Amino acid sequence: MDSTILLFLLQDGLTNGAIYALLGLALVLVFAVTRVIFVPQGEFVAYGGLTFALLEAGKLPGTAYMVVAFGAAAFAMELVSRRRELAARLVAREAAFKLGLPLAILFLAKAVVAAQPGAVVNLVLTIAIVAPIGPYLYRVAFQPIADASVLVLLITAVGVHLAMTGIGLVFFGAEGLRAPPISSAVLPVGPIVVTGQNLGIYAITAALIVALYLFFGRTITGKALRATAINRIGARLVGIRLALSGRIAFTLAAVIGAVSGVLIVPMTTLYYDTGFLVGLKGFVAAIIGGLVSYPLTAAAALLVGVVEAFASFHASDWKEVIVFTLLLPVLLIRSWTDPHSDEEE
Amino acid sequence: MSALLAVEHLSVAYGRVEAVSDVSLSVAPGEIVTVIGANGAGKSTLLNAAMGLLPARGRVVFDGSDIGSVEAEDRVALGLCLVAEKRELFGAMTVEDNLILGAFRTGRSLAAETLAEVFARFPRLRERRAQLAGTLSGGERQMLAMGRALMSRPRLLMLDEPSLGLAPKVVADIFAIIRDLRATGVAILLVEQNARAALNAADRAYVMELGRIGLEGPASELASDPRIAESYLGLGG
Repeated sequence: MDSTILLFLLQDGLTNGAIYALLGLALVLVFAVTRVIFVPQGEFVAYGGLTFALLEAGKLPGTAYMVVAFGAAAFAMELVSRRRELAARLVAREAAFKLGLPLAILFLAKAVVAAQPGAVVNLVLTIAIVAPIGPYLYRVAFQPIADASVLVLLITAVGVHLAMTGIGLVFFGAEGLRAPPISSAVLPVGPIVVTGQNLGIYAITAALIVALYLFFGRTITGKALRATAINRIGARLVGIRLALSGRIAFTLAAVIGAVSGVLIVPMTTLYYDTGFLVGLKGFVAAIIGGLVSYPLTAAAALLVGVVEAFASFHASDWKEVIVFTLLLPVLLIRSWTDPHSDEEE
Repeated sequence: MSALLAVEHLSVAYGRVEAVSDVSLSVAPGEIVTVIGANGAGKSTLLNAAMGLLPARGRVVFDGSDIGSVEAEDRVALGLCLVAEKRELFGAMTVEDNLILGAFRTGRSLAAETLAEVFARFPRLRERRAQLAGTLSGGERQMLAMGRALMSRPRLLMLDEPSLGLAPKVVADIFAIIRDLRATGVAILLVEQNARAALNAADRAYVMELGRIGLEGPASELASDPRIAESYLGLGG
């Protein structure tokens, strides 16, 4: 292998690794706040990527209707679970957020499709369409069992993943889609070329990580989310509603998934079920980070991306096997070095 | 005088074991009330149920309205606050962030003002404001837990074993602060195994045994009651 191939594989790996880093961070975030191992994270990638590809092709994506359906389901759940305290104000507020908002998004999407304003607006619209699915999903599937064990939440997450894959098939169909690159710029660096798409991925990943860092470090909402992750009883004692923390965490997960999808759909053809495998790579990184450490997860994600790139060059049939085998030594070392501890104070 | 908090016929069960049976008590505005009793008498369970952390039968009335269906998170907004036995701090966050989160439901402008008051009351916390809560000593942790609770501007502060595991000097400090808080008008419901210190600080007291209220009365009378002296003050035969 010469140095050009080496550099090329490295670049390829870092590009994929950046995406895995975003997904790994979302998994750590959701687990820390809600204790849900968020298997369906990859579905948001598929939804986001396919939504963006359809918008770029000038078509109205099925997710615009899907978000209305999710909102209606969440609205119904809310009314049933709070049937004893139904007041006009509560119903109006819930209707605004769970029915009005998705309908507004649907009409906005129709207007945007008619106007064809370009990639940046399509990116923003993709986020606006996919993001509310996160909190609606939390309301429907996870909030009713928020106090259940991690295992029960995991089983639910697998169920949600299967359901969302099926829903994806209904709304997008079985055909794969690809979008044109965000930028067609090409930048030669030594023997290799860096594309505008690569630079976009690095820039957006870095910007999202910085934004998350500021959100958790500087804002009261971000601090409340961290507090929920550190000590759930303590959080309740200062008046932080766990359901609110859960909704915010799921919103962030949906946004991160949607952005990841937009970033990869110009590089690879996405199908309704592609997200799962992409999400799993993020999961490998999150596990290496112990499902608690954000920096370790991001670093591990880059490693996963690079290992995957080299594996696909040397033994492409074994690429996934090699990537997932990374987990074994990590889990062994973890189980040797950290004796199992139950939830501490 | 109408009570700020009235617990009426409250029962709490863990599975089939009843930890609190048919307990009624009340706290008037500005009053310090203590519940004393041995380890396992159900005192902490009582407070957790009053806070809404545990499901219970019976009524919990706060400021005239039944709050039985109100979640613990929202009881905080009403002015009810619990300093739990385990303190429940955010160990990986700074002292200042812990305090700021205490004011999560009060709004930003009030939070800054209250933070200054809490730092004035606990100068130690001001010194350690940038330190992680998990690195504090036991006494400092208790002070932080109380400070965080005060940040919510409670009308009733419930303290669960504030002296637990602390050195005698620190216990004296904590009780001095509890007496001091009375001047601010906040009512206090204090659960303690350290009966002597609790009775010294309180206006009225309840004695809890095996999940039930055995005795009740003014704290000074109970302090001189021979039955209390024997069982809880360590003066008996």
